[in-house]
Amino acid sequence: MNTLAFLLTQIVNALSQSALLFFLGVGLTLIFGLMRIVNFAHGALYMLGAFVGYSLTKWSGNYWVALAVAPVVVGLFGAAFEFAILRRLYRRDAHAFLMVTFGLALVVGEAVRLTWGPDALQVPAPDLLAGVMFILDEPFPLYRLFLVATGVIVAVAIWQFLERARLGLLIRATSQNADMASALGVDVKRVRSAVFGIGCGLAALGGVLAAPLVTASNGMAATVIIDAFVIVIIGGMGSFLGSLIGALLVGFVQVFGNYYLPDLALAFMYLVMLAILMVRPGGLLGKEA
Amino acid sequence: MLTIAGLNTHYGASHILQGVDLEMPQGRISAVLGRNGVGKTTMVKTIMGLVAPSSGRVAVGGTDITGWPPHRVSRQGVAYVPEGRLIFPDLTVLENIKVGERPDTAWPIDRLLKLFPSLNERQANRGSQLSGGEQQMLAIARALVSDPKVMLLDEPSQGLAPLVVRELARIIKLLRDEGVTILLVEQNMKLAEAVADELHIMVKGRMVYRASAEVFRAEEATIRARYLTM
Repeated sequence: MNTLAFLLTQIVNALSQSALLFFLGVGLTLIFGLMRIVNFAHGALYMLGAFVGYSLTKWSGNYWVALAVAPVVVGLFGAAFEFAILRRLYRRDAHAFLMVTFGLALVVGEAVRLTWGPDALQVPAPDLLAGVMFILDEPFPLYRLFLVATGVIVAVAIWQFLERARLGLLIRATSQNADMASALGVDVKRVRSAVFGIGCGLAALGGVLAAPLVTASNGMAATVIIDAFVIVIIGGMGSFLGSLIGALLVGFVQVFGNYYLPDLALAFMYLVMLAILMVRPGGLLGKEA
Repeated sequence: MLTIAGLNTHYGASHILQGVDLEMPQGRISAVLGRNGVGKTTMVKTIMGLVAPSSGRVAVGGTDITGWPPHRVSRQGVAYVPEGRLIFPDLTVLENIKVGERPDTAWPIDRLLKLFPSLNERQANRGSQLSGGEQQMLAIARALVSDPKVMLLDEPSQGLAPLVVRELARIIKLLRDEGVTILLVEQNMKLAEAVADELHIMVKGRMVYRASAEVFRAEEATIRARYLTM
């Protein structure tokens, strides 16, 4: 294998990894920006997305149905949870949120185990994406290329939504000053429910997309939640662009680190985070120093 | 148009508003004067629903809005121009205005941009890039776009150059002539004297004085010495 082709393979791997991480990180950062809360259940909802995706694929016989429906199901569940429980806690201190979202993570984790059993479940990639594509005579799994494309499409879509849609504007205004937004007629509670739902839906999208790659398993929540926190901290809590940059950084560090220094790959990710925090304590695009 | 009766507000153990009464006639400018810390801002925030009163009543055009959340107060026709302007720093001028936009407003964005030429030139600038005077105009435009019946202005002249304060006075009178009822809360007498139809003075969470602009001018020296000088 020549160097260029090898490099290209690794870059595609890193980009596809970044895409998956981005789906998690962007929801986490939007939720934090708006509500100043850390959603500990984010990894569990990602896992829930993968399992709901598994069942939908099995039931409909079509992965695309799962890809379209699972994020909506989990997103609605997230919005309902915000509406029923989190909404009552905004006037309390942040510890209440940590406890409640951590509790949600445990409940979702157990519910998944009870519903789908303890074993990892295979979710086959759709036929269309099962093959490989040759670039410079090297085979690339089509599914990884598909992940990269999806990541780009979703990133552009979220960016345009935040910049152009009415709800996007209200989200940005509420993140900057919730009291002022409400005094201008914005129903801040509804904005919060919507953002929590959107964030959970994006995590589930990541879960469905990851399932054909890594199987749907009970352990998948724990592995990704840490990565997602690292992304949000590197990028700056609350920053959309920061979560994109953070996901790319972590994706590349993981893939290349795993190849060159497999023993230190995990430590390397934290070293990058540490270095960034030493220079910019609020993260790359964060506000608070 | 706006009626406040027996309004009490507490912050923890401190009793800020101690039975405030205020009657604002429609289409007039009512100014509330008072030293720093007497509860003027708390009163405005309580009207807006940002602070919950412990007792008393706030009504707009006959509708009791006591205890309503801010977005409902806003939709009932009350607009808020807060102390320190509180412009959204990362939104553009146009986006700042759009946050409060409603369908069928009497103050659509193109009309506002004609009223505030400086904002028209800086449409695409971010809120944080504006001067204090421009931010104040933006705060008023952002409040006006919701087509309010009542506008609450909290210390709008704070930190502005005399020339800008004069422009502010012109705008406030223009809004009154368009039928907007205005509550102007000020520590600085100049703007209040220039525009108010009625003046009220607040001391330690209570209204202690009310007079028309003419009467106030006649009594000014005594009133100033009694209530407003440090």
